[in-house]
Amino acid sequence: MTFLWAFLVGGAICLVGQFLLDVMKLTPAHTMASLVVAGAVLNGVGLYEPLAKFAGAGASVPITSFGNALMKGAMAEAEKDGLIGVITGIFEVTSAGISAAIVFGFLVAVCFRPKG
Amino acid sequence: MADKKKKKLTLTQQEYQQLAKRHEPPRPLTRNFIRAFLVGGVICLIGQGIQEMFIHFFDFTEKTAGNPTVAVLILLSALLTGLGWYDRIAQWAGAGTAVPVTGFANSITSAALEHRSEGLVLGVGGNMFKLAGSVIVMGVVAAFAISLIKTLINMGG
Amino acid sequence: MRKGYQSWVFPSRPVIVGRAAIGGPFEAQGPLANDFDTLHGDLMIGQDSWEKAERVLLEEACDKAIEKAGLRREQIHFMLAGDLMNQTISANFAARTLSIPFMGIFGACSTAMEGLALAALLVDSQSADYVLAATSSHNSSAEKQYRYPTEYGSQKPPTAQWTVTGAGASVVANQGNGLRVTAATIGKIVDMGMTDPFNMGGAMAPAALSTIESHFRDLQLSHDHYDLVVTGDLGKVGHSILSELLPKHNVNIPLKRYVDCGMLIYGDNPIVWSGGSGCGCCATVTYGHLLRRFQEGEWKRILVVATGALLSPISYQQGESIPCIAHAVAIEADTL
Repeated sequence: MTFLWAFLVGGAICLVGQFLLDVMKLTPAHTMASLVVAGAVLNGVGLYEPLAKFAGAGASVPITSFGNALMKGAMAEAEKDGLIGVITGIFEVTSAGISAAIVFGFLVAVCFRPKG
Repeated sequence: MADKKKKKLTLTQQEYQQLAKRHEPPRPLTRNFIRAFLVGGVICLIGQGIQEMFIHFFDFTEKTAGNPTVAVLILLSALLTGLGWYDRIAQWAGAGTAVPVTGFANSITSAALEHRSEGLVLGVGGNMFKLAGSVIVMGVVAAFAISLIKTLINMGG
Repeated sequence: MRKGYQSWVFPSRPVIVGRAAIGGPFEAQGPLANDFDTLHGDLMIGQDSWEKAERVLLEEACDKAIEKAGLRREQIHFMLAGDLMNQTISANFAARTLSIPFMGIFGACSTAMEGLALAALLVDSQSADYVLAATSSHNSSAEKQYRYPTEYGSQKPPTAQWTVTGAGASVVANQGNGLRVTAATIGKIVDMGMTDPFNMGGAMAPAALSTIESHFRDLQLSHDHYDLVVTGDLGKVGHSILSELLPKHNVNIPLKRYVDCGMLIYGDNPIVWSGGSGCGCCATVTYGHLLRRFQEGEWKRILVVATGALLSPISYQQGESIPCIAHAVAIEADTL
């Protein structure tokens, strides 16, 4: 069942992205930035976590989850350490994604050449 | 933003832009929407599958399986980018490949790959975040602002 | 010498004594493949980077044109070249190899005709006997500089164009047999407030109109004077717009005599969206395909109008619109 929701929710978020690209004529960078901010906002109003619970990868794979993860890190740290946690905790949860992207991106750049 | 620009245009310019718009072939919206939905859904499906695999075979929990899942998807995207296949799939799929974390990985890998010719430090290192930088910056700034507001509200209330 | 407001006529009728077109793997698959002197199967041409590959294209085009003119590098008096790269490095490094007194020019995709017009002017004014005019573009180096890394997965709209991987060169002389350059019109910048860098055709069409209008006015020619009027890289979208603009502005060129290099080079291939673009587009199609048909007797006089969009990624990001330009060169048969 989670698989069906993963497919539907993931597809729907990508649909929103396509809308921003084709109808609102945003650049890919603007589109992705908007979606990340949307993820952070949805976490802020308490909607992203419930979505992640029933949609599984449908909510954790799209770039919106990056905004959600940044918020989770910041809020968790703020609960522990107070206001300063907002700064110190931001990258706690997203560390895997960013580190993986940097490391694998670097390795591929070393081993491959662009094909044009 | 567009309206502000339009107001600064002369009448001739406005008339020309209307003419030019008539000759613009429309973007195939229905086709693009369907493709984005399908490919995006399938990528999330693959992500779900990888997550289940980590939970059942590698003793991760639902909470902790998210990270390795994202890492695997990133590795796959980086490889596809290096092999030169990612951009062909993406021209077809549009937001379907760009919106999932695969798009994030592709933006970093493709920039790194492209600027390899300028060396590892300045080329790869200095240009890797050319496209992904805005996503990270905007995400962090938004998360900072929102969590700041929330924390202040929680402290005050 | 100057005629009218912004045009030159060349009474000595400088001759195109040598011309060459070099292309890449995608151009090899197009309908004009047989009109290229050399076609490369490897997009990087065995080099370490796209930029170095583009230099090779330009050098080969120059050498080939000089060879076909029956000359040696040392006999060429001046070299006029430009390309799309920052600081026109492809032209600079090709000039380093060729070792000819060099003037770099930048007209974006209008460079081919800007170069040819200036070369004809130098020869006609007896400031040189032999001048080389050349330009190049490379799909990947252009994407890397102006848009996105080549392996980045972004979707392009139907108004987008495909930068040609190719170089074209011609040697203009004060003697010899060949097609003649008889006049040129230098364009003014025309900016209709268009801001979409993925719709160059729409941005450049008004510049083509302006230069064509000026050409006929300055030289006092009738609108059916030319057997063929060809624009550099307006693509399907720009061609369609200009076809509407011309009669609207009372420039009654018979529309079946109006074609566009960007549409010719790749034919109906849907991958290229609106068609080919880049400095190499006008250059390779003109110096390869069109002049070959011309020399076989298909036309007596043609007008080549190369169009360029003079923006940069920074100007676009700063919210500026796209300023465009078009330069026209009239080429006539030897016997006229």
